[in-house]
Amino acid sequence: MADVLTFTKRGIYCAAGDFYIDPSKPVERALVTHGHSDHARSGMTRYLATRSAKPVIQHRLGPNAVIDTIAFGETRQIGDATVSFHPAGHVPGSAQIRVSVKGEVWVASGDYKTVDDGLSEPFEPVPCHAFITECTFGLPIFNWTPKDILARQINDWWATNKAAGRFSVLGAYALGKAQRLLTTVNPDIGPILTHGAIEATNIVLRNQGITLPQTIPVTPELNVHDHPGALILATPGAMAQPWGAQFGPDVSTAFASGWMALRGQRRRRAMDRGFVVSDHADWAGLNTAIRETGATKVFATHGYTGSFRRWLAEQGYDAQIVATDDPADA
Amino acid sequence: MKAAADLFARLDDPTGPDAKIAALLGYFQTAPDGDKLWTVALLSGRTPKRIVTANQLRAWAIACAGLKDWLFEDSYRVVGDLSETIALVLPPPSRHENHSLTHWIKTIKRLSRMDEETRKSAILNIWDGMPAAERFWFIKLLTGGLRAGTSESLLIRALAQLTGQDEPAITYRLNGTWSPDTTTWHNLIEASDPQLALSHPYPFQPSQQVENIADLGNPAEWQATHAWGGARCQFILRGGSHALWSQDGALITDQVPELAPLRDFLPDGTVIEGALRAFAGDAPLGADAVHARITRKKITKAMRAETQLVLIANDLLEHDGSDLRQSTLDIRHKHLKNHLTSTPDQLPLRLSSAVEFASWSDLETQRQTARTAGADGLLLRHRDSPYLASKTMRWIWNAPPLTVDAVLIYAQAGPQSRANLFTEFTFAVWNGQTLTPFTRTSTGLTDADLAELSTWVRKNTQSKFGPVRQVTPTHVFEIAFDDIHASPRHKSGVALRFPRVLRWHKDKPVTEANTLDDLKDMRATYG
Ligand SMILES: [Zn+2]
Ligand SMILES: [Zn+2]
Repeated sequence: MADVLTFTKRGIYCAAGDFYIDPSKPVERALVTHGHSDHARSGMTRYLATRSAKPVIQHRLGPNAVIDTIAFGETRQIGDATVSFHPAGHVPGSAQIRVSVKGEVWVASGDYKTVDDGLSEPFEPVPCHAFITECTFGLPIFNWTPKDILARQINDWWATNKAAGRFSVLGAYALGKAQRLLTTVNPDIGPILTHGAIEATNIVLRNQGITLPQTIPVTPELNVHDHPGALILATPGAMAQPWGAQFGPDVSTAFASGWMALRGQRRRRAMDRGFVVSDHADWAGLNTAIRETGATKVFATHGYTGSFRRWLAEQGYDAQIVATDDPADA
Repeated sequence: MKAAADLFARLDDPTGPDAKIAALLGYFQTAPDGDKLWTVALLSGRTPKRIVTANQLRAWAIACAGLKDWLFEDSYRVVGDLSETIALVLPPPSRHENHSLTHWIKTIKRLSRMDEETRKSAILNIWDGMPAAERFWFIKLLTGGLRAGTSESLLIRALAQLTGQDEPAITYRLNGTWSPDTTTWHNLIEASDPQLALSHPYPFQPSQQVENIADLGNPAEWQATHAWGGARCQFILRGGSHALWSQDGALITDQVPELAPLRDFLPDGTVIEGALRAFAGDAPLGADAVHARITRKKITKAMRAETQLVLIANDLLEHDGSDLRQSTLDIRHKHLKNHLTSTPDQLPLRLSSAVEFASWSDLETQRQTARTAGADGLLLRHRDSPYLASKTMRWIWNAPPLTVDAVLIYAQAGPQSRANLFTEFTFAVWNGQTLTPFTRTSTGLTDADLAELSTWVRKNTQSKFGPVRQVTPTHVFEIAFDDIHASPRHKSGVALRFPRVLRWHKDKPVTEANTLDDLKDMRATYG
């Protein structure tokens, strides 16, 4: 039987339906798992994404991008392929894409996490013959902090800083991570300020009905010192730039990422604190997700592919590596 | 152990000293006395004996997590620390037992008396009750690797703030061979100790660098002696016992056992300020030999055979039990001289002899040759000044640095924050037809120099070794340094103290750089 999906220079390709999944080069028809820039790129003639992923993708790609939408679980015939989108739990609207051709079912996971973040549609295992899995954190050293402990860690850090008259500057990616932090922290502690890139995403998500706590965007007109002890959500890039200097020397800095599980990474970031929070699956999450698909064939992409493939092969899977040269978000 | 693990993590975070002291204070204000005592012990390097090796723990963790050896190795390569890898790969705990730090240390001691099988199942059981963040520190405790390095001085500052004592008092209390088994928190930190007050040093008189010697006024009003590079210290003899404090607040009595015999020859109630110098027999050694000795925890016979420390006395701060600091330098110096002339010559105590001069230009000549005497320069003090005056009465006039012309041969990329720049440079001198590296520095180069050099390095790289690039020998720099001494660990056979770039000789050809023989001559003259 011919492969349902193949791996090309332009991305994951389905010959039966003549479309690509998360292509890296301009193509006619792109099925896009979610709005992160290593998945939703500009230059495609037509896009297909979930209804809840579309607003962010449109915001990022501009008004001229032609984006069709599909509901989670809805099937659609494209050429000889039947496709459907299923929650990946990564960011709001993020999907795994199921492609079925003549009874053979393949699933491309995109980015995913198995724990419910209370914001994204929770991950659902999709039975399939072949599963294309990311493995950004595909080593047994990555085991995420339980949600309640994480919330306590961040709230304690913020409250302590506030009591000492310091700002708390927390670095996080604009889409997904930032909003997850917003719904994790206790907004009663104090005001929450946001960097423009994060606030722009907040607005898009609020418009599609997602509830986020009140935030104050940091604009040139805003005097940040009117909000003493505030929590400031910043993109990693902004923290390093002059933007970060406006809060003065009396700040505590922290970064939220799966990489913060590693002491060496925490020290390299040179932040005061590192919180272990990721929108990708941890070791247990990856293993559980793969097992629950029932797939016998697994393709590892994005991450520790060498180690993870070998591990899967030893677990009895027909495991292969998909080479990509794109840096993944984490 | 949660509170202790949190504290260790905060001390381990790349934060500044204030945040670390705040973390220490927060911990000491809430932890039970037993835990506080153990924390002080651990942070001052008094770790319990190692009862298992990291490799044993590694094997147990691999089995417990159901991993393969190769997968653990792959993980270890990413993590970079064995204890941390073990802590991270273990399956999540099934329960959380929050016992005190003291409880875990007692448990570790009990484990040491068990056979290996029992010990293994006990440790696996303990791991199953601990989150990864605590496991990491627990594993460090098990393997005897919990060292907090630089935090001992922060610990002293925090304890001083906590208890309202001053730092020398805390330093004195933490000194010595105590362990939590032989004392209590109260006895170690809080109980009054008559010897404590007796061992107290005086604040050191601050000094300033001379910029324009004529500003000091009339030369006849000033006393000049050599300024020695070794550690400035106070020798205190009170109540029949002695203490030696370095200027940076360290109690180094046990590091300089040579000075113990002074007790038998100096009267009680004597405080001498001076500098330590190191000798090998009659041959003077550099300041680094002093430093190497006083930063050691234990001094062995071999170390004493290798280097002998001598106190070069500069000042007398206490005389027959009375504070002499308000007296003039001339009076203090007279008493000091009397002490020294009445003690036997073989004692490791000498007077820093006065440098005679009639005019500033006269003294300038002496400054030029100060390094031949093994000094860093001259120390100038006003003859009528008290030890602590409202304005500076203690001036250091540095001798001109030693310099060589050297060729740039390697450049190293900066840390992540300055990744586009090369920020460490290795310099070489001629050894026949080859260039021998002898020092590495970036001090003295301006940001503009760094930018210009970095562009040049990128275009003139011959080969790369990790972050280091070998460049075509092209540029000559004048390298200044304060001291040079023999060092078998270096390819060149010499090591420099405080090397820095004085200037970039853009017009000098590499053939005109100095030679290794020049360096060796300098070592013979100044080392
Ligand atoms: Zn993503
Ligand atoms: Zn991604």
